[in-house]
Amino acid sequence: MSEPQKSDPGLYDFQAYRGRPKIEWPEGKTCAVWVAPNLEFYEIDPPANPHRKSWAKPHPDVVGYGHRDHANRVGHWRMAEVMSKHGFPGSVSLSVALCDHIPEVVEDASQRGWEFFSHGIYNTRYSYGMDEAQERAIIEDSIRTVEAATGQRIRGWLAPALTHTPRTLDLIAEYGLDYTCDLYHDDQPTRVKVKSGKLTAIPYSLEVNDHYGFFIYNMSPREYADTLIRQYERLAEEGARSGTVMCIPLHSYLIGQPHRIGPFEEVLKHIAADGRAWIARAGEIVDAFNAQTGEDGR
Amino acid sequence: MTLDPAYLEYAARGRGMDHGLYRYSSLFDRPPVDWPEGKTVAIACVVSLEWFPMVPEDKPFRAPGHMQTAYPDYRHYTAREYGTRVGFYRLLDAFDKAGVRASIATNGAIAERYPRIIEDIVAAGHEIVAHSTDMNGTIATGLPEEDEKALIARSLASLESASGTRPKGWLSIARSQSWNTPRLLAEAGLAYMCDWPNDELPYRMETGAGSIVNLPLNHELSDRQILNVQQQSADSYVEQIKDAYRWLAGEAQHHGGRMLPLHLTPYIVALPYRIAAFESLLAWLADQDGSWFATCGDVVDQWSAQNP
Repeated sequence: MSEPQKSDPGLYDFQAYRGRPKIEWPEGKTCAVWVAPNLEFYEIDPPANPHRKSWAKPHPDVVGYGHRDHANRVGHWRMAEVMSKHGFPGSVSLSVALCDHIPEVVEDASQRGWEFFSHGIYNTRYSYGMDEAQERAIIEDSIRTVEAATGQRIRGWLAPALTHTPRTLDLIAEYGLDYTCDLYHDDQPTRVKVKSGKLTAIPYSLEVNDHYGFFIYNMSPREYADTLIRQYERLAEEGARSGTVMCIPLHSYLIGQPHRIGPFEEVLKHIAADGRAWIARAGEIVDAFNAQTGEDGR
Repeated sequence: MTLDPAYLEYAARGRGMDHGLYRYSSLFDRPPVDWPEGKTVAIACVVSLEWFPMVPEDKPFRAPGHMQTAYPDYRHYTAREYGTRVGFYRLLDAFDKAGVRASIATNGAIAERYPRIIEDIVAAGHEIVAHSTDMNGTIATGLPEEDEKALIARSLASLESASGTRPKGWLSIARSQSWNTPRLLAEAGLAYMCDWPNDELPYRMETGAGSIVNLPLNHELSDRQILNVQQQSADSYVEQIKDAYRWLAGEAQHHGGRMLPLHLTPYIVALPYRIAAFESLLAWLADQDGSWFATCGDVVDQWSAQNP
């Protein structure tokens, strides 16, 4: 028997954006900026999940698969170089099987000092329909695989292809993970109500995700760059009142295309030169938030 | 709820790709490629020249740009024909003016129906790439192997008979392949295909019938994607291609020759209100020191000679 579905998931208490305690970032910075490259592996011939189809076309979906494969052959290397050049570490949303398939990409990210969190085993295996034991298996697989490949113990979770179950957040908290990237209700970190442990929602973003920019809003590369700068400018201004968080979620098969990477580099230059940005990894932002808030996250 | 336990088994999880078509390779780890005369960015213009039968067959799927209304869809039938009659000649003139040799990905039906066009392509020195039979000639897994084999053979025969040359390259409709396609193309003697967009330089695929080169024809830089799907302006398209060129030219300083593929559709980019922007792009590209306008065949030949 599955549990009844809830109209209100009860993830957090309402808290108005007005009159909040001041969150302070190091050195008086007003906006914590983190870049989240999705380092993914998509299978060419994945098994079917009854709740969601992987590819639009019969396998092999040459354009769908090939586009994503561009990330590991071309896009990652181009994107990572630009990030390092301007002092932006990545906090990686990782299909952990990439550690097995293409360790070159994972090693490169590791050597650049990037942090890893789990984005599931493959981006073609969805959590929909999993029972608790199956969900525990993918969490344990993620912890084990990333630790073996990089020495890092993962601290965060972004559900594989954003597929959740109602127990995901409780489970990752139980395994000692510190943050989730799956909730989009705020521009500041929030404590999430879980059965055990302590879990913080760090602002990720759909709205300024490169996938949304290019394929939901159909922006040109320069329009997307301008969007990121506007997003940053506003959050850096409001962060003087209480520190804000801006995430730039990326897929290198999109942002690493030759017509997009140049305008994107201008964004990183702009933020790095501005002076109000605390350019950090996800875990550092969560730690700084937790160090100045109580058990309820306030 | 529970999923079939097999959903958590990962038979192909291991080093390298999850299939045997090609090996993993990073663009930035390969020996640099040189283009002729010290040029740094090969610009491959690929025009899709297509005939859409007014009765779509949808086997296995309906091609992008195909009929949309109830029969008779004069609207789309004639709007695509506009590209062939008018738009394509605008492109030929634009190529001539900028000194561009292009690759024309041509349906076999164009050769059968409009031999005059093939004469004009050949006379201008452009390359003909085989692009299926007509726009009902789509390929995907599920198409019987014998049918796919016959489709490839028919396309090549029509184009060879009209142009006098057997095409060396292949472009599938919507870049869509079956599991058999790379092998069947190699068996048909084709040297390269343009379907897989996963790289920015040619690379080799292994098939049961020997190897075939894939020349990645970036779908994100196509006029269809930028102008039609993303609905951006012709000026924005031009700006995006210039940004791409600038980036690739910069990368070429450290990593060797790069390639900028421009996939063009006569009924999209060659409309009266867009063609001037495209002509200005060709002129700008021709002015860049490092630019080398090449056919796909030229690029594959250069690459293959350096990657035996």
